[in-house]
Amino acid sequence: MQTTEAFQLHETIQITLKLFATFRIGRFTVASREYAKGTNIAAVIRELLIPEGQIGTIMLNSRHADPDRELNDGDILAIFPLVGGG
Amino acid sequence: MTAANISVKDPDSKIRSHGRGGHGAVMGSKKIKFISIDDQGAPGIKIAEPEKFKAAARTFAKALLDHPVSGEGLPTYGTNVLVNVLNEAGGLPTRNFTVGQFAAHDNISGETMHDTIAARGGKTKHGCHAGCIIQCSQVYNDKDGKYVTSGFEYETIWGLGADCCVDNLDDIALADNVMDDIGIDSIETAVMFGVAMEAGILPFGDGKGIIRLLKEEIAKATPLGRILGGGAGAVGKAYGVTRVPVVKNQGIPAYDPRSVKGIGITYATSTMGADHTSGYTIATNILNVGGYVDPLKKDGQVELSRNLQIATAAVDSTGMCIFIAFPALDIPECLPALIDMINARFGINLTGDDVTNLGKYILKTERQFNIEAGFTKADDRLPEFFNTEPVAPHNVVWDFSGEEIDEFWNF
Repeated sequence: MQTTEAFQLHETIQITLKLFATFRIGRFTVASREYAKGTNIAAVIRELLIPEGQIGTIMLNSRHADPDRELNDGDILAIFPLVGGG
Repeated sequence: MTAANISVKDPDSKIRSHGRGGHGAVMGSKKIKFISIDDQGAPGIKIAEPEKFKAAARTFAKALLDHPVSGEGLPTYGTNVLVNVLNEAGGLPTRNFTVGQFAAHDNISGETMHDTIAARGGKTKHGCHAGCIIQCSQVYNDKDGKYVTSGFEYETIWGLGADCCVDNLDDIALADNVMDDIGIDSIETAVMFGVAMEAGILPFGDGKGIIRLLKEEIAKATPLGRILGGGAGAVGKAYGVTRVPVVKNQGIPAYDPRSVKGIGITYATSTMGADHTSGYTIATNILNVGGYVDPLKKDGQVELSRNLQIATAAVDSTGMCIFIAFPALDIPECLPALIDMINARFGINLTGDDVTNLGKYILKTERQFNIEAGFTKADDRLPEFFNTEPVAPHNVVWDFSGEEIDEFWNF
């Protein structure tokens, strides 16, 4: 291991996580979470044990986002199951 | 009054309302107070091919139950689940369409409504007509467990809630009951109250004031009541308000066209005036049903609205609830099963193309009626303030040109 790597600080990011409808059951409504820098949305979904097939809409800072999107410090991530209305 | 709707009974003998478009006013103008049907001794529905019908109906019902929206989301939370979705997306029209998010959205959300209903012994799952298998309706009780309202929809709760800034779900529920009782459209009336608040008739957030105006003015047809009962456009004209969200004088529903551009095309072009159900692009702009089209870009919106309006016109003419569209957009067997049911019922042979052509024919016929009644391209436009006032948080405006909107009719 090189010296520079040994002294490299392991950076983390802080995001706000919002869950809705059935996703709140057994989890939470809103939470502040810390993740390693470079974490993407898919990793968060896996950690929350949300089945991929149940996901309806993912919004990152109020815009639609794909699971492969990398998160940044201060992001607001909202995850909705498949819902509808009129 | 132009806000007058047509009321029917649900299986619990409570009121359900066929709102929008002032059909109640049309009935009233012809002196029709009610229509009752006595089916004693009537022959009943005759199905041409009963076995084929039953098989198709089974496939159709399965698709409805399998799809997460019609099979789980709607029966659990009703349509009001959308408050938090649109709030997050920045498309929840708030304070008479001045911003796209409502600070008190939690107070009026579908999740809060669900928990409130459950705690008070109401019903979170309820059918508005016999045989409905989606059951998106509910029974909302007051804190003493007494019935207040059913069919408590996103549109009504958004309108009186976010658009009028009322953060009390009980006030909104009572207002919903009074509107049903009077027989006026809850969307038009909610949008109207947003304009009325901007006009200074009552303050934003005054839920008790809304109930008072409904009971003391509109219900009693006082001069002020007649203005209010004339809808959003009438109040805007009478009080000199320019921020009046209407198209063809019909109030704009619960999605801001600046941040959900597809629905803006539907609002502008729908033959009945600003309507969301005629081409519900929200499914694809926001909910990832039937694919995804970015709500903040102009690309693909005209085509999306056109395809949905054509399909919806056909589905509407079958008498089916529009919520079958969710499974129909994602599950390939769904729409063919519906066509099979129609064919088996009447002994005919419609194809998918026939159904599409039916939808086109209906839209063109309706448009022709409007043209002959004096409507022009100028009526397929959104109010000017959408072009000039950006809506937060995305700070976007409505930026379709007239020519781009008119492209809709190229089919």
